[in-house]
This record gives sequence, structure tokens and C-alpha cells, in this order.
Amino acid sequence: MTQTQAHGPAASPATRGETPDQGAEHFRAPTSLGEIVSMRLRALRRGDLGSSAVIIATVLIWVIFQSINSEFLADTNLHNLARQISYGGLISLGVVMILLLGEVDLSIGSISGVGAAVLGVLVEHDGWNPYLGILAAIVAGAILGTAQGLVRTKFNVPSFIVTLGGLLLFLGLQLWLLGTNGSIRFPFGGAISNLEGSSVTPAAGYGLAALAVIGLAALTITGRRRRQRAGLAHDPVGLVAVKIVATAVVLFIVVWELNRAIGVPIALIIFLVLAAGFWALITQTRYGHHVLAVGGNAEAARRAGIKVNRIRVSVFAISGAMAAAGGVMSASYVGAASQDLGGDTILLYSIAAAVIGGTSLFGGRGSAWSAVTGWLVIGSIYNGMFLLNLVSDLQYMVIGAVLVAAVVVDSVSRRHRTT
Amino acid sequence: MSAHSERPPERGAGDRGAGGGVDVGRPLLELTGVSKRFGAVNALADIRFTARAGEIVALVGDNGAGKSTLIKAISGVQPADEGTFVFDGQRVSPKAPTDVTRLGIATVYQDLALADNLDVVGNLFLGRERLFESTRRIVPLMDKVSMAQQAKELLAGLGARIPNVLSRVESLSGGQRQAVAIARALLGEPKLILLDEPTAALGVTQTAHVLELTTTLKRRGLAVVLISHNLSDVFAVADRISVLRLGRNGGDFTVADTTREAVVAAITGLAADTPATAAAAPGQPTASRQGADT
Repeated sequence: MTQTQAHGPAASPATRGETPDQGAEHFRAPTSLGEIVSMRLRALRRGDLGSSAVIIATVLIWVIFQSINSEFLADTNLHNLARQISYGGLISLGVVMILLLGEVDLSIGSISGVGAAVLGVLVEHDGWNPYLGILAAIVAGAILGTAQGLVRTKFNVPSFIVTLGGLLLFLGLQLWLLGTNGSIRFPFGGAISNLEGSSVTPAAGYGLAALAVIGLAALTITGRRRRQRAGLAHDPVGLVAVKIVATAVVLFIVVWELNRAIGVPIALIIFLVLAAGFWALITQTRYGHHVLAVGGNAEAARRAGIKVNRIRVSVFAISGAMAAAGGVMSASYVGAASQDLGGDTILLYSIAAAVIGGTSLFGGRGSAWSAVTGWLVIGSIYNGMFLLNLVSDLQYMVIGAVLVAAVVVDSVSRRHRTT
Repeated sequence: MSAHSERPPERGAGDRGAGGGVDVGRPLLELTGVSKRFGAVNALADIRFTARAGEIVALVGDNGAGKSTLIKAISGVQPADEGTFVFDGQRVSPKAPTDVTRLGIATVYQDLALADNLDVVGNLFLGRERLFESTRRIVPLMDKVSMAQQAKELLAGLGARIPNVLSRVESLSGGQRQAVAIARALLGEPKLILLDEPTAALGVTQTAHVLELTTTLKRRGLAVVLISHNLSDVFAVADRISVLRLGRNGGDFTVADTTREAVVAAITGLAADTPATAAAAPGQPTASRQGADT
């Protein structure tokens, strides 16, 4: 809603500025549902797609694949899809943070490989407790990220170069850790394999969905009441109700569908809970506010007394930690820490997902949820093409085209903002 | 960031809210003998400059006259090589911008330093976010509602025309952005505010709004230093004018007793022999007024 408002005046650059009172009309908070819908439609007509683009894209992809192969929307395949997107999804959460800063991290694929290798060495070779091993893998990722962040800030080297070096360096580290065998297997049925492979019971799935809806409702309603009491602009009751009901419907349909297969995969729960956590980190904490400020205007942040470089290093650490967490998830999915884990397209897809989901490459704008929606698009294409046996050629072309389209949308809406 | 909240309350910070006119005319900032060299270039030579509470003093001069250098010396960005710096009756020697801010001097730079991607509230409270006390020790969660409320009151008190404090700064007009930057500076409860070319690049209406705003600041008892190229703006709001010319004092004028021609002459140096009224003895009126007060 605020986004719509913020874009309002941009539509009329001619009247903007000299006559602030006309601008005021654009800023007026919508008071009814109908008004919100019409504002949204006006924004769409201007080419400002917002978050609707990614939803439209997902629906389109699903309709196309389902019409070609009726297996696509089958419960087991959707269960697979949910598991497939969670690995890259964790990595993309770190990517969102990096992009918010206006930086880039090309080492995430290699770091996820290192994370899996560390896990394999510690748990399978040295006999560590599996959960301690996971923690150690994530810490290792954070350390590698911190190192890159320090090089980036101390020597003022562009992050593209630092992390390109990191990509190669950590790939070497991964191969060295794995030794001559080249891969470390996690026995089937062990804690590591079970982590990703298992699902919660149907009842637990509904319980979690209910918990999420209650939490959302409580936050939205108390937030609205506080704003209303403070005399600030607040959403009309209808919109609040629609938001909560829509979320509830979507969540329960997803759980119902996944329950028809086995249940909600733990991997998906971890991904969604972390996505919610990152959303809160970015939008509700002082730290997130500082990250957005550094990404929007580093000089302004510096003058406001923010330790800009400390923020940068910490975000690289988060990116490394999330990449390693993704690596752990992937190792659990595959059942082994191998040499090619973290290679291939995972790096590029993880960045592409954040961008397709609507996080700007130019810094300062984006959301943790873009990791979820972006991976839903990429995962659907990947999964659907796989079902059609179109493994590589078309798959790359389609995902590439979607990525370019997403960046074009980003640039176009950027132009709207700056005119 | 916590330094702001933990800082002991400053003297005089409380009575400012009670209304303007407190101690009007009291010299707040007194610079004498300020010099700054860049290699062989004397950017500033033996400058004296005074700013008084409840008064707008304009700092004018041609390009390269040393206005920016003097501002940077005051704001601590580039401390002067020599000179005494007396603030609020005490001799101080600030080394860094944070020292200056702590004294109670706020600077609004020409580039405003706002983050376009954040909303008005986010920009106002950047670096001094208000947190929920209950969760403070575990997670520093921002209390956005109370920040928005204070932002609204602050902007309304300044007469700034910003309809929605939750709109992103990128969607605001130049005048509105200037108002946000000034409001931001005021959150630190300064005693003196430096405005660097606040009306440059603004249209007629917006310029009027910003000038109105500077008068509001003055009425609240702040010392306002207005750096400007535009003499009609200066004559519209300033009480005194300090002219810099080639890194030296070019003359001090009281707006009520001078003409544009005299100020232009001092800026350009074309009529250096005009009776530069106050240039010879700028300290005396200050002293006498002070004497009358106490």
C-alpha cells in the first residue's frame, strides 16, 4: 500500500513540486477497498507491476505446464518442488541482503559447497554430533563471508572482484576438504539425510499454518490499532481482513496439497520460517534499517553515524552463513557432500531468484519474500521442464528470458521513480 | 547511535521548547583568527565570525571566497589550522564532526544526504531509531508508530507541507526534501544550525516555504547560519550579513541598515572604499548589546 502511495506523485511529474497541495491528494491514504483496487490498477496501467508480476508469471507457468503434462500439479510433484526450492531459497535469503546493500556475492555457490564439505568431514569422518556439525558448517560460511567483507571494505575492492576470487578460492577449499575420494556420503536414515527428506505429520502441518495465520492477524491488527490511535494513516478494515483471509486460504491450500503427498517438508518449513525472520530483520530492526540506508545512500548513512563498513562486513557474513546453510540442505537432499555441490547453476539461479522476486540490483529496495516468490518461478520452470524431459537447452533459455524480463521491470519502475 | 540517547541533557535544551526569544542576541558561536591553508593556498585567513541565538546570519561571498571552507571548519569536516572557537561561552577545539554535533551544532548540507529509498520517518530517525523498550535487550525492534507520530508533530511544528510521513523521500519535491533534512537536524536538539544553500535549485514557491522555515527556526531561539548565493533570499530573512572575499572578512552588515549595493560591493570588492559600515568594529555592537542584557 505504501508503495502505491509512494509511486503516486511520480505519475504526474509536471504537477509535482510547485504545487504541493495537489501532491497531497496523491498522498491521501486510501480509505476503502475499492479505492485501493483502483489505485493498484492505475499503477499497473503505468507499467508499475510491483509484486503482481511474479504472481502472474507463476500462474502462467503452472497453467502452461499443467496443460502439457497433467503430472505437474500432482501432489507428489508439488512436494518435490517444495523441497527443490528450499535449498536455493536459503542461499537467496543471503543474496537479498547483499543486493539490498547494492553489492554482489559470487562466492555463494562455492561457500555452499564448502559448508557441505565441512559437514561431511566433521560428522562422517570425525564423528561429530550432526547438529553441531551443521552449526560448524554455517559458522564456517560466516567466516568466509566475513573475510570477503573485510577485503571489500579495508581495501575498497569492488565486491564483484573480491567474491569472484572467493568463488575460485573456496572451490579449491571444497575440493581439498573432500580429499581424494571426491565425495562424502551421508548414510540413508541418518540425522543428516533425514533433515531434508522428512515431512511433518498432516496435523502438524495444519497446526503450523494456523499458527502463522494467527501470528499474522495479531501483528496486523495490533499494528493497525496503534497507528489509528496515533492518528496515522492506516489500512481500512476491509483490506486487513482480505490480507489475512487470503494468506490463510493460500497457506491451508498449500498444506492440504502437500499433506496429500506425505506432509509439509521440513526443508520448506525451515525456508519459510527463515524468510519470515529475514523479513522482520530487514523491516523491523534497527540493523535492517541501517542496511537499507547504506544500500540507498551510503554517504547519508555515514553522516548519520552508522558504521557503514561494519554493516557491509556483517552482511557478507550473513550471505556466507546462508550459503553454507543452503549447502547443508543440499547435501541432505542429495545424501552426500560432493565436488559438484554448489557448482553448476545454483549461484546464478540464487541471484536470479532474488531479482525475479523483485529485489533491486541497484541497492536499497527489496524484500526477503522475493527469495520465496523468485524461487517459485525458477523452481516451477526447472521442475516442469524436467517433467517434459527438456532438461537443459530450453530450460536455460526460458529462465534467462524471465530474468531479463524481471530486470527490465526493475529498471522501468526505477525510471518511474526518478522522473 | 546510543551516544545520542545517553548523552546528558544539554543546558538550555529544555527552555528552547518553551518558545523563542530566550537569550536572543547572546553570541553562541564566536570564531576569531580562523585560518586554513591548502598547500600554498590560503583558503581562509584570520576570519572572525559570530552567530547569535535567535538570529539569522547570512554568510555570503563569491565562488571561491571560502564559504564552504568556513562551513567545513565549523562543522568539523575539515578543522581549521588556527583560530579560536568559542561556543556558548566556552572555548572548545572540536576535531571531528561528531564533536561538533555533540556541542549542539547541526549542519544541513546542500546535497541533503537523504536516503531516497527510505520514507520520511526512516530518514528523520536514521542513526537514532527509537526502539521498543521491552524487547530492546534481545532484539532492537523499531517502534515505527511512535517515530511516525513524532515525525508528524515535528514537521507540522515547522510548517512543512509533507502530507504523509510514510512516503518515500524520492517522491518528495525539492522543498519538501529540504524540510525533511532540516527537521532531521533538529531532532538532535541543536542550538545552532548551518544551512548550506538551502534554496539553490528550488522554484519560487518552494523557496518561500524554506525561507519561512528558517524564520521558524530563528523564532525558536536557534542561531541560524544561512549560506547563500541569492541576495534576495538573504535580504528577505537574515538579520546580519557576513561577507567573505578571497578567504578574508569582506565586511559585516546589519540588514536593517544596509543596501544590496553595499553588500554586492563588498562581495565583488569593486568599491572597496565604500564605508563598509561594520567591518571596522564588528565586535562593538555585540558587546554593548550583551551589556544591556545582563
